[in-house]
Amino acid sequence: MIESAATFAFACFALAMLMNLWKVVTAPDVADRILALDTMFINAIALMVLYGMALGTEIFFEAAMIIAMLGFVSTVAYARFILRGNIIE
Amino acid sequence: METILEFLVAAFLVTAGIFGIVGSYGLIKLNDQMSRLHAPTKATTLGVGGVLLASMLHAAAFEKYFSYHELMITLFLFLTAPITANFIAKVHIHREETRDTMPEAGGDDHWATHDTPEDEERRHAAQTPPEED
Repeated sequence: MIESAATFAFACFALAMLMNLWKVVTAPDVADRILALDTMFINAIALMVLYGMALGTEIFFEAAMIIAMLGFVSTVAYARFILRGNIIE
Repeated sequence: METILEFLVAAFLVTAGIFGIVGSYGLIKLNDQMSRLHAPTKATTLGVGGVLLASMLHAAAFEKYFSYHELMITLFLFLTAPITANFIAKVHIHREETRDTMPEAGGDDHWATHDTPEDEERRHAAQTPPEED
């Protein structure tokens, strides 16, 4: 039962990531692109945790943590750059 | 017992997958930019929360160790998602709105995102008391 549920979750998050990629390419405005990239980061975290669960190892959690931090910092940096033309003032 | 735990993990995984796909589909489907902000910041965060809960439960029930990294990731994501949403909304205000299209800013005469350097200087001068000789 867990195997089929995990396969379903893998498929869902992979499809979600493809939709985000589509949005990054075709978005009308830069704010949408930032949002789509941020969502891609979050979906990548979910995929990574699922992969670690499927393999039964703990090693992917550190990677997921780092991706979470990088995603947050890069989103804020993009937004700051649009808002102020500068990231660290 | 084993079956109940298995069912619980599977239910968390399926719910998480549905929330994840709904969040990303909303990003494509919704028309207005500020409506589009809702879908990924709420639904997708909840989806990741479901995956992390399932992973924690799976580790405790079947791998026989308690894993707390998931709690850290969940806490971090739930803390940072509103900040990200706030920044993207500010970008929207900065690029799409003007001072006239925004609602009243309460006690101030405009929203802080629309501040120009002159406004900042004026406010700074009004707040600091004049120097005494």
